[in-house]
Amino acid sequence: MSPREIFALRDHLGAELKGRTLSDAHDVVSLTGILSQTVLGGRLHELSGRAVLLKLSDQLRSGIAMIELDGIARRMLLCPPDLNPAHLDALIADAGIDAVVTDAPASWAETGVSLVVTAQLPLQAAAPAKTERATEWLMLTSGTSGVPKIVGHTLEALTGAIVAEGPAQGPAPVWATFYDIRRYGGLQIFLRAILSGGSMVLSDPHEALADHVARLKARGVSHISGTPSHWRKLLMSGSAAQFAPGYVRLSGEIADQAVLDGLKAAFPNSSVGHAYASTEAGVGFAVNDGLEGFPASYLGDRNGVEMKVVDGSLRIRSTRTAHAYIGRNAAALTDGDGFVDSGDIVELRGDRYYFVGRRGGIINIGGLKVHPEEIEAAINRHPDVRMSRAKSRRSPITGGIVVADVILADGTDQARVKEIRDQILDQCRAQLASHKVPAVIRFVEALDVTPAGKLARTDA
Amino acid sequence: MSVRSKVIEAIQQIAKEQHVTLPPLSDDLSLHETGFDSLAFAILVARLEDETGVDPFTIAEDAAFPSTVGDFVRAYENVPA
Repeated sequence: MSPREIFALRDHLGAELKGRTLSDAHDVVSLTGILSQTVLGGRLHELSGRAVLLKLSDQLRSGIAMIELDGIARRMLLCPPDLNPAHLDALIADAGIDAVVTDAPASWAETGVSLVVTAQLPLQAAAPAKTERATEWLMLTSGTSGVPKIVGHTLEALTGAIVAEGPAQGPAPVWATFYDIRRYGGLQIFLRAILSGGSMVLSDPHEALADHVARLKARGVSHISGTPSHWRKLLMSGSAAQFAPGYVRLSGEIADQAVLDGLKAAFPNSSVGHAYASTEAGVGFAVNDGLEGFPASYLGDRNGVEMKVVDGSLRIRSTRTAHAYIGRNAAALTDGDGFVDSGDIVELRGDRYYFVGRRGGIINIGGLKVHPEEIEAAINRHPDVRMSRAKSRRSPITGGIVVADVILADGTDQARVKEIRDQILDQCRAQLASHKVPAVIRFVEALDVTPAGKLARTDA
Repeated sequence: MSVRSKVIEAIQQIAKEQHVTLPPLSDDLSLHETGFDSLAFAILVARLEDETGVDPFTIAEDAAFPSTVGDFVRAYENVPA
């Protein structure tokens, strides 16, 4: 019996498709000839079998390094740009890192990592490498304080949902995402671009939104993904008008009906879908009927993904989930039956499940548990609201009350603000239990979004 | 606007939102008789804090929560500037 054939990223990059590119705000790299070029100065062979930390200041070189390293390195740990440097030593120890790919080699001279390889542009010519092994992909969880957890994936698990959907119809897509590709949500889009025979336009944290959108348009982006917070910011910016992607995707946060309707109105000719995925649970499913939540019929075994709800939270078992947390004191990632507990709380209403919030994000209101996301969804249904954030505030009477910060649509008549406040409160009272109705609504100009594209909930 | 009228206006606004029918707000009306529950009072205290900058019930550790409308208004009037 012959060993199972191993596919690495390079095996998805044939020369037959012309005009494929990977680009950021500064550079454009052709993917068509990428296999006979190197970003690693021709030193890929030194990284064979190594546990490699990928720590670069930009996504473009990171993406090309991933293509080179996959199938050659034993492990590669992707460092997102907002990684706290104080956590590096712990991560290096836990992942058994023995090599680093960096664009700042001087900063690694005094460290214990023995092999330092510099990634540089422009690319240099190199003999194409051959896939040697199935590389373990290590990613970091977002949103937790303290040292992030290291989550282990295989390329097969990471691309399970993409392969299951089959090849894209029509012309090769040009993908873009507001995410960074060194996080799970962004990596999914990068892998889609590679596997689909398409191109990809990377985001740039220093670029103004209007310039980013102009670049997406100029590069002919047809498929684009981001968190609901990313999309709300785009809708608020007024830049959406010049842009007409064919497919708009949301993931990473709860896609409420307001943001889905807002995108449908802004992009009347696009398909708008929301996907459920997490670094640990992998890609669960996509919802393309334009409605928030998902049909109850998705529970059970569907396309190789098994889902169930236990104690209110969604549990997922599939070949797309991560296989382990990595490190000396790492907790188990799945339960005894192989299910990942997503920590996302869902509620059945009629024949549909709705996401109500994160188990860890519950705020305490006078001894009652409240999900801020549920309150925000009720507020966001008001047509003049663009974005909102609910949180708890100490109260001498009840211990805690709900307060909400709300961003109104651009150009809202100041004379209507009091009327809008009353309408939001009426709407919340009609839809929410009384202790969930905000006691105070404050209108603000902006709300913080984390580097991972999620609404900042520092005090939750 | 005087502190008293700010407090009374806030009470009336919350009563309207909460669909509470208020009796005439005399100083000796007990807070219990206003029809407000603890949540309504919590909202009242939070809004008055935003408007006046003070929360007299958190500042003083030994402050007893007032029992009449008059006591409640005075708690805001007596806050040292």
